[in-house]
Order: sequence, then C-alpha cells, then structure tokens
Amino acid sequence: MSAGPTSFCGIELAHPIINASGTFDAIAARRAFGDAVVERFPFSAYVSKTITPAPRAGNPPPRLWEEPAAMVNSIGLPNKGAEGFLSTDLPALADLPVPLIVSVMATSAEEFSGLVEAVSARDEVAAIELNVSCPNVHSGLIVGEQPSETEALLEALRPLTAKPLIVKLTPNVAAPASVAAGAEAGGADAVSLINTLKARPMFAGKPWLGAGSGGLSGPAVRAVALQQVSDVAAAVSIPIAGMGGVESGSHARDLLDVGAEVVAVGTASFRDPLAAERILIELRGLDPVAASSATSEL
Amino acid sequence: MAASAQGETGADGRVLAPLGRRRSAVVANSPSGGYTLLTALDPDGPLPKAGQFYMLAAEHGWGGGGGRPFLPRAFSVADATAGETGVRLTFVLEDVGPGTHELAGLAEGDGLLLTGPLGRPFSPPRDVNPGAAGAILVGGGIGLAPLALLRRDLAARGFPERSLLGFRDEAHSGGLELFRCSELRLASEDGHAGHRGYVTDLLAVMLEGDDAAATAVVYACGPPAMLEAVRALCEECGVAAELALESPMACGYGACFGCAMPLRGGGYMRLCVDGPVVDAGAIETALVEGAGHR
Ligand SMILES: Cc1cc2nc3c(=O)[nH]c(=O)nc-3n(C[C@H](O)[C@H](O)[C@H](O)COP(=O)(O)OP(=O)(O)OC[C@H]3O[C@@H](n4cnc5c(N)ncnc54)[C@H](O)[C@@H]3O)c2cc1C
Ligand SMILES: Cc1cc2nc3c(=O)[nH]c(=O)nc-3n(C[C@H](O)[C@H](O)[C@H](O)COP(=O)(O)O)c2cc1C
Ligand code: FES
Repeated sequence: MSAGPTSFCGIELAHPIINASGTFDAIAARRAFGDAVVERFPFSAYVSKTITPAPRAGNPPPRLWEEPAAMVNSIGLPNKGAEGFLSTDLPALADLPVPLIVSVMATSAEEFSGLVEAVSARDEVAAIELNVSCPNVHSGLIVGEQPSETEALLEALRPLTAKPLIVKLTPNVAAPASVAAGAEAGGADAVSLINTLKARPMFAGKPWLGAGSGGLSGPAVRAVALQQVSDVAAAVSIPIAGMGGVESGSHARDLLDVGAEVVAVGTASFRDPLAAERILIELRGLDPVAASSATSEL
Repeated sequence: MAASAQGETGADGRVLAPLGRRRSAVVANSPSGGYTLLTALDPDGPLPKAGQFYMLAAEHGWGGGGGRPFLPRAFSVADATAGETGVRLTFVLEDVGPGTHELAGLAEGDGLLLTGPLGRPFSPPRDVNPGAAGAILVGGGIGLAPLALLRRDLAARGFPERSLLGFRDEAHSGGLELFRCSELRLASEDGHAGHRGYVTDLLAVMLEGDDAAATAVVYACGPPAMLEAVRALCEECGVAAELALESPMACGYGACFGCAMPLRGGGYMRLCVDGPVVDAGAIETALVEGAGHR
C-alpha cells in the first residue's frame, strides 16, 4: 500500500486518489467555487463523466433517492455528445493540473470505435475509460455482462489507440472476475470497479425515480466493492482502479490492500467537495513511507 | 476572517463559495410558528446574495439512527450579516423528514457543516424588467426564506417592495419576524391569518392594474403548485418574474446531475448551478415530479 506517487497503466499520478466518473464536474465546480478548484484540485487524475456519440438529455426527474448510508441515482448519462465535449469541455478541462481520463459509452463496436478514435486523437487525453454497462444494439446483450462481448469489443478497439484503455466493470453480474479476464484477454490496460448496483426505490407504493430504477452507491456498497476488487485482482494481472463507498483513508487503504492500484472517490464528494483531499491525508497517515516523505517536504 | 466577507463573485453576480465543506457554529435556534429559525456563525465564508443556498449537515448524528440523513440538505439563506467574527447566517427550516429534523434540533454551540453560498441569486429588479418601479415578493410556506433576505436588500437600496405570503394553516407557517417593517399581506388556506385562500389570489388582484405589467417584477418561492400558479399568472399578464425552485439535490455544486429541471423547449438544467433562481420564461411548468415536499 502506498499513498505516494503511483503509476497507473503507464500514467504517472502524484498520489492514488482519483475521482469516480460522473461524480465530479470540474467545470461546474469552477462556477461554484472559482479557480480554487484548479489550484487545489483534490484528485491525481480527472475522470470525465461518461460521454456518448450523440448528445443526451438524461433521464426524467426525480433522479435521486437517499437510502441509509447510500443513494440511488438514475441520471441517464446527460452529456453534450462527443463533438460538444471535445470542442467545449476538453479545452476547459485541460486547465486542470492532472492527467485526463475520458469515459466513453456507445451501443455498438462501430460507435465505440469512432468515439475512441476521436477522443484518442486529442493530446489533452491521457487514457480512455470504457463504460460497458450498456446494451449492444446488435446483440441486445449488455456488453459488460458478457466476458466474450467484452473481449470482442476490446479486440476491436485495441488497434485504434496507443493510449491506455480502462474497462469500467459492472457489479451486476455473477462473476465480475470473468468479465475482467475477458477485458484483459482483449487487450485492456486496466479495469475499474465497482459501478453502481441496480436498485429500485419505492415511495408511496410506486417507483420513485423517473426512470423506474437506478444505481446504488455510497458507504452501503463498500463491502461489495472490496469483495469484487479482490476477486478481480485474483483473476487478472492488469491494474485496478477500485471504488465504491470510500469515505476515509482507511477505506481507501482497504481497497489498495485487496488489490487496487488507485482508488476513486465518488459519492463522498457530494457531501464534501474536498472529501478526496481529506481521504488522501488520512491515507498518508496510514502509510509510514508517504507520511515521512510528506513531512520532509515541509 | 471577516475580510473575506466581500466574497468573490462569478458570472450572473453569484457569490462564489470557498472550496470544500466547512464548520460553522450554531449561535441561535428559536421556534417561529411551525418553523425553526437556525442561525450559525460562519467564520470563513463570504456574505451570500439573496436566492443563494447552502448545503447543510449537522456535525454529529448525520447518518446516525436509521442511517438517514446521509446526504447534505439544501437551504436558502434567509438572512446574512457580516461582523467581526464572521458572517451570521439564518436559515428557516420546516421539519419534514430526518434531515430537517436533525437540523431543527441543533443547539447553541453545535457544529453545522456547510458548503456555500451556492447557485444563482435573484437578479436586481431592473435586470429583470428595465421599467421596474416596484417588486412584488410572493412566498408560499417555507418559500418565504430566500425572499426575506431579498426584501431586506431591496429595502436597504430603497427599492419599493411589497410581500405577499401564503400559508396552508397555522402549523405550516412562521418566519414572519423576518418581514418586520415591510408592506406585507397574508393569505392562509384555513383562514387563520389574512385572506382565506391562496397567496396567488392576492397576486392576481395586484397584477390587475393597467400599468402592472410594465412596472412590476415578481420574485416567488414556494411549493411547485404555487409557483406554477405564479408562473402562469405572470405569463398571462406579461409580468417579468423570477422563481426560486426546488428539486432533490445530492451535491449542490453541479457534480451529480441529480437536480434536473425541465427547460421550456426541451432538455434539462441543473438547478443547483443554473438556478435555483430561474427566469419564469425558462420553464414550461414548475410542476415537476419529486420537487417540493408534501
Ligand atoms: C435550493 C433549495 C432551497 C431550499 N430552501 C429551504 C429552506 O429555506 N427551508 C426549508 O425548510 N427547506 C428548504 N429546502 C427544502 C429542503 O432541502 C428539504 O425539505 C430537505 O432536503 C428535506 O430533507 P429531510 O431529510 O428533512 O426530508 P426527506 O426525508 O428527504 O423528505 C423530503 C421529501 O423528499 C422525498 N423523500 C422521501 N423519502 C426520501 C428518500 N428516502 N430519499 C429521497 N427523497 C425522499 C419526499 O418527497 C419527501 O416529501 C430547499 C431546497 C432547495 C433545493
Ligand atoms: C450521481 C452518479 C453519477 C454517476 N455517473 C457515472 C458515469 O457517468 N459513468 C460511470 O462510469 N460511472 C458513473 N457513476 C458510478 C461511479 O463512478 C462509481 O462507480 C460508483 O458511484 C461507486 O463509487 P462511490 O460509492 O464512491 O460513489 C455515477 C455514480 C453516481 C452516484
Ligand atoms: S445537486 Fe448535484 S448537480 Fe445539482
């Protein structure tokens, strides 16, 4: 376990705490907090919210629900589409003092290819995360639920870019480790997990969310994340970005201990925009090497 | 650091929030009718603008008991004054669930964690209607909170303002001390105070005058059904209006995309960064699933 500089599939990071896709919008945060967001950026890499080939408005409200020590969201991937993101958002994100990882999703290998090529062509981008929790329009199967679909997708995308490809795994399968193995066999450079757990909150006898169901995140999913990360770590040799309910330095350490190389903070940032900074400080306190080098820096 | 009380402002005049969540200390908690007035001293924050809000959580006991509240809750700032030791922020709370219940139970000296001020504030009257000669503030229930600070600001600048406040019944009313010295008219559905009926009845009468459309600006906050009535009435009369809207929020600073509010013409805005104050013309309806609490 190290809280110091970390290399993650070839990207040099100042420390192992990054953000989880869709849980920190650096551009919107700047509207609320100003340049402090750039000057005191709490993550060692910035992972964008998932973008899709065409713009999406997202799901009808309500999109949020609170559970004990957790939340359920049905945001529905609102985004400007690849063109809007690359022309408007990416130049603004280039101000951030950390490497950029762009999360992408599509519904066919052809669409995925176009996205990966367009994103990969941009110098600002350090790596691409593939959100595969979507159905393939041709097979109707959720790519990330099938080891063979995942492997085939990676085989199609691998030749298109020299940049690292990270596969974001869904936890909504019996054996995430098999899907991770498929990703590795297809040429993925890393995997990240866990995404949210499928959930359907009810209120006054009816589904509450506009979309009916959504995804559970936050402290309540932490033990699930620890199990899945350790299963995946046993099955693959590519590095892992671990996430799910991390709220403190010791939670981050636990994920590193079961096999993650870096840890992503998601829901915790909603409660405190600087949660990741606190988590890193706590993690350093648990790591004798980082703690002593942090002291000598002072 | 009272020197920071000026605050840095961003586009549309919003006061920027210091990055991160910080601790303030409760300095007063007093019942006000069916509501609670909670005042905290924010040592490091700027002076907010009317219409802006804070994400609040109690320092202890948040996430305790049944595990909720877990996320912070959004509250409009109802009063704010800068002093030697920081900014005194007053919130008006209606106890409707675990989060508001925890906050309403805080005592002097307790820690109140806050992020803010957040969101787009009310615009100056002449930015809403260049011919504005007077502002009409329309509040429904707990929606009076942001209007209290707006009224104080307008009065301090000598801009003519009148307030119309409506309540369901006595148990769902309070906060009137924040409207002291103002021209105030009340409505209540049960008739316990003022006009028996809706606050929008009072607004309709006021907007009947010939030159009302040319010279009025309406600022409104309240439950979705009331805001929708205000919006429709202002649209019909051609009166410029700003509405302070609500939606469930997880973060308050644009991170989660949870606070979607449908835009007229399609798509959604993020109410926490594009609002909570919006031009009445920006939305088709204020009646949105999940908004408000009743
Ligand atoms: C910008 C803004 C400003 C606001 N200003 C004020 C103010 O000045 N004063 C004030 O009193 N309030 C204000 N509110 C409303 C306040 O934020 C809510 O009343 C508060 O969040 C309710 O939290 P709770 O835990 O008490 O109730 P909850 O249990 O969250 O219940 C509130 C409503 O949420 C829904 N709900 C019920 N259960 C759940 C669940 N498990 N998960 C998610 N939703 C659920 C229901 O519709 C319920 O009626 C404001 C809101 C916004 C967005
Ligand atoms: C509001 C919200 C939006 C999310 N959006 C995305 C997304 O766009 N793409 C993605 O891959 N994961 C998304 N996620 C999943 C997170 O990246 C993360 O995998 C999950 O929330 C678990 O981590 P946490 O418990 O720390 O939040 C989202 C999660 C939340 C709560
Ligand atoms: S409340 Fe999270 S984006 Fe608005």
